[in-house]
Amino acid sequence: MVSALDRKLLRDLGQVRGQVLTICLVVATGITGFIAMQGAYQTLQQTRADYYREYRFPEVFASARRAPNRVIDELRTLPGVSLVATRVVEPVLLPGGNGNRPASGQIVTISDHERQPLNRIHLTRGRLPDPVRSDEAVLLEHYAETHDIHVGDHIPVVINGTLQNLHITGLGMSPEFVLVVGGDMLSSTPGSHAVLWMRYSSIAPAFDMDGAFNDIAITLQPGASTGAVLSAVDRVLDPYGGFPAFARNKHTSDHFIESELAGLQAQVTIIPLIFLSVAAFLLNTVLGRIVELQRPQVATLKAVGYSNASIGLHFLKLVSVIVLLGAALGITLGAALGDPLLSLYRPYFRFPDLKAELQPITVVISIAISFLAAAVGAFVSVRKIVALAPAEAMRPAAPPNYRGGGAATWTEYLVGPAGQMVLREVTRRPGRVIASVIGISLAVAIMIIGRFASDSIGHLLDLQYGRVMQEDITVALSDPIPAADIDTFAAMPGVRHVEAINELPVRISYGSRSRDVAVQGWPEERRLRRLLNRDGAAMMMPSRGVVLSDILAERLMVSVGDTVDIEMMRGDRRTVQVAVSGVVRDMIGMQGYMRSADMFVFTDGIETITTLLLDVRPGAIAAVEDRLRDIPSVAGVSSPAEARTNFEEQQGGMMLGMSLVLAFFASIIAIGIVYNNARIVLSTRRRDLASMRVLGFRRSEISTVLLGELALQVVCALPLGMWLGKQATSALLATDPENFRMPAVISLQTYVFAALVTVIAAAISGFLVRRKLDSLDLIAVLKTRS
Amino acid sequence: MTARPESGEEVLRAINVSKIYRMGDVDVHAVRGVTVSLHAGELMVLVGASGSGKSTLLNIIGGLDTATSGRVMYRDQDLTHATDRVLTNFRRDHVGFVFQFYNLIPSLTARENVALVTEIAQNPMTPEAALDVVALGDRMDHFPAQLSGGEQQRVAIARAIAKRPEILLCDEPTGALDFKTGVRVLEVLERINHELGTTTAVITHNAPISAMATRVVTMTDGRLQSDVRNTNIRKAIEIEW
Repeated sequence: MVSALDRKLLRDLGQVRGQVLTICLVVATGITGFIAMQGAYQTLQQTRADYYREYRFPEVFASARRAPNRVIDELRTLPGVSLVATRVVEPVLLPGGNGNRPASGQIVTISDHERQPLNRIHLTRGRLPDPVRSDEAVLLEHYAETHDIHVGDHIPVVINGTLQNLHITGLGMSPEFVLVVGGDMLSSTPGSHAVLWMRYSSIAPAFDMDGAFNDIAITLQPGASTGAVLSAVDRVLDPYGGFPAFARNKHTSDHFIESELAGLQAQVTIIPLIFLSVAAFLLNTVLGRIVELQRPQVATLKAVGYSNASIGLHFLKLVSVIVLLGAALGITLGAALGDPLLSLYRPYFRFPDLKAELQPITVVISIAISFLAAAVGAFVSVRKIVALAPAEAMRPAAPPNYRGGGAATWTEYLVGPAGQMVLREVTRRPGRVIASVIGISLAVAIMIIGRFASDSIGHLLDLQYGRVMQEDITVALSDPIPAADIDTFAAMPGVRHVEAINELPVRISYGSRSRDVAVQGWPEERRLRRLLNRDGAAMMMPSRGVVLSDILAERLMVSVGDTVDIEMMRGDRRTVQVAVSGVVRDMIGMQGYMRSADMFVFTDGIETITTLLLDVRPGAIAAVEDRLRDIPSVAGVSSPAEARTNFEEQQGGMMLGMSLVLAFFASIIAIGIVYNNARIVLSTRRRDLASMRVLGFRRSEISTVLLGELALQVVCALPLGMWLGKQATSALLATDPENFRMPAVISLQTYVFAALVTVIAAAISGFLVRRKLDSLDLIAVLKTRS
Repeated sequence: MTARPESGEEVLRAINVSKIYRMGDVDVHAVRGVTVSLHAGELMVLVGASGSGKSTLLNIIGGLDTATSGRVMYRDQDLTHATDRVLTNFRRDHVGFVFQFYNLIPSLTARENVALVTEIAQNPMTPEAALDVVALGDRMDHFPAQLSGGEQQRVAIARAIAKRPEILLCDEPTGALDFKTGVRVLEVLERINHELGTTTAVITHNAPISAMATRVVTMTDGRLQSDVRNTNIRKAIEIEW
């Protein structure tokens, strides 16, 4: 049976249903975000863990130029090493055709007979290649889908300079290729890089790798020191042209998943926190007002013998019902959004089975945090109720103590009596006004957060493709070629100008700090690439020394004028001391830049080229790309302009969707705050406003009193919200700056958008309350005891 | 006029009670050293002008408020420094209140307003029985806004007596009512005092009402002016003002 007090509660809720609804929606939005994002986070993390375990993702990775198989035993006996798997990994070019661009790819060998000890393949279709057939391969499913390739198809592949037709016997995926990045991250689109798994014996001879390997995967014994194993592996592989070994957290695929998870985790915390804080604030104002209006009722309950605890509980129940309704709606929506949210990751991250799963603990936590918001929101009011002596509550509250007044002040001349009422109310309850301003500004900030990513990426693309990369086509070479060969490219019809870049893997050290990076040698005369200084302006390449990415300089703690050790990570590993002659702003990765001629110290004066930049006559680009396809040493061809278009097309829809969703969320906050405030001002001011109407003020005039305060709040909230948004974006961007530094850029359009949505939401709330005002029953209001 | 039974033992006693409270920026001396008792079965009327301190005194002896100085005794129990919990239990178990503005919960029907009390009382009447006592059996499912002032006050009385309180404290029960309705409310109070034997204190600024009292106490400016036994008790229906 429902008690009389609970019946009162239900009817009280009915009385303030508009406010209940708006607060419910704010809670629901926060919980939806929490459930959906926490669900996605947990699913991604769990799926990754399962995938890594089941398909044996290694813990240490290394590569060498060519190491004979006998080295395997040496690696196996290293302290801390558990399992060692070796293979051959070689870059290949897929010439394309059928409208497809030439694509970069790699061949990865699998053992002839036994099951892969590490990096196992998850076959989604077909079968593994026959060990006796040299033309069979399993293709990465992601690439196959992007290029519409099926089991049984034959595809052309340039293997070590020779064009071959490979028979695709199956499609698959593997934990090392959850996200495949070929070449530089911006220009690579998901599914554009091919992985071909082939039997070792069928392909190793083609690369002169019979009885040898160039890629090693290792798992560690429990408790082994990763650092010690890395150093030991480096020592073993050194004689065979070894490249520095690295741990799982530096693996590209895993690294990107990790960054995404870190981003999600930040959002899982920040977004629900904002919404639930707003909900707590709204509950606080609404409950505060209810308690004020119900002073006589509270007193009566106390007089007839209800204890403080039971009255406090009564009001706590009231807010709990509101948040529970919100939480229930949020849990339902959040659970429904789990899969759509994960589907945003599916084009990038390929797992065998990525299905959203809602864990009961997530639901429990979401309910717990909703109650926490309710408790925080109810705290002040309940404390007031407890403090209220029953007899005191019987008397109407003492008239509010307004300050100022007396003779007309300058403000009255400025704003008139209605404006004066607004100003006095604001100065009398600064706490409530400030809280509202902060609340509305959070709405503004959320909209900025929703759109800044697209602004920042736009800015990044402008910088990278508009300012830094001036070439029409970027050509990546599978192996360095002699400088003289540049003429072959320059002579192609349509090519106006060619510039060459020589990239070397090096270790740059300063004191005890070091980083493994690449140094790019740039030609003396160049116009297809620019260096940008910290202000984004183009700068000259200094005539001597090395120019470092700003983040690299920061990490090494060097500044211009210091001398660093640059150790060549290939061949004789010679080390040269070079002065730092400049620092540039790089958005992606960390690297060094030198004049090509200065790099002869590493190559004994032999100039080699790893990348070519082509300036091509307009209209000739397709023809040049066709010709490039036929050159065996070309590993990859990309066009900055096209990469940019692809990127924008792919990201555009997702970004737009995201910003609309967040704009919707933010509107809920803005409406929630403005509407609730307006209702509260209305209920506080009913008598004043009715009296003014009786005295002959028009509706529009008394609206000024009611809506003036709201307008003032919105006006104050806009700049604060913009500032908060800017701060939040910087916090959200702080992931791993060594790989990727997105500038926190917020466009004017974003600011205008955020302001516009807030103003519209406020106007809608104002309109709803104004309607209440119009239906104000003057006589009834004046008769009511205040 | 029939004489009512002689007043019984002392139920409530205020000894030299004073109350000072702040209202806005002002200190108000509401009660100044008042000593007064309430005896079992009597109907006491406390008369005084507006602001004479009678409501404050009633609140203090009813456990709604605490005195700034002095003592309050309920039978042998000292309520002077009682905790909030003790005062709450005192009100819950022994006192029924009737207020000038009825203080009904607007979102509850007449029956539910009474149930509010019967749900927490130890030996209550049913809400229906309590409403029958005040002759509102047929308006039980009406909300306060659907009842007249007199009816609302009768609901408030039903709520106050439903717990079968030992003491009924009424603060200007007719203050918001017209003459005719006021008399009906007084009749109900009279009947309850007679039939249920509930010790009743009525405070009013309306001197003629004191005619129905067994004892009349007068207050002026926070002080007790007179405390006399009424030898000429009249029925409520005979009162006029």
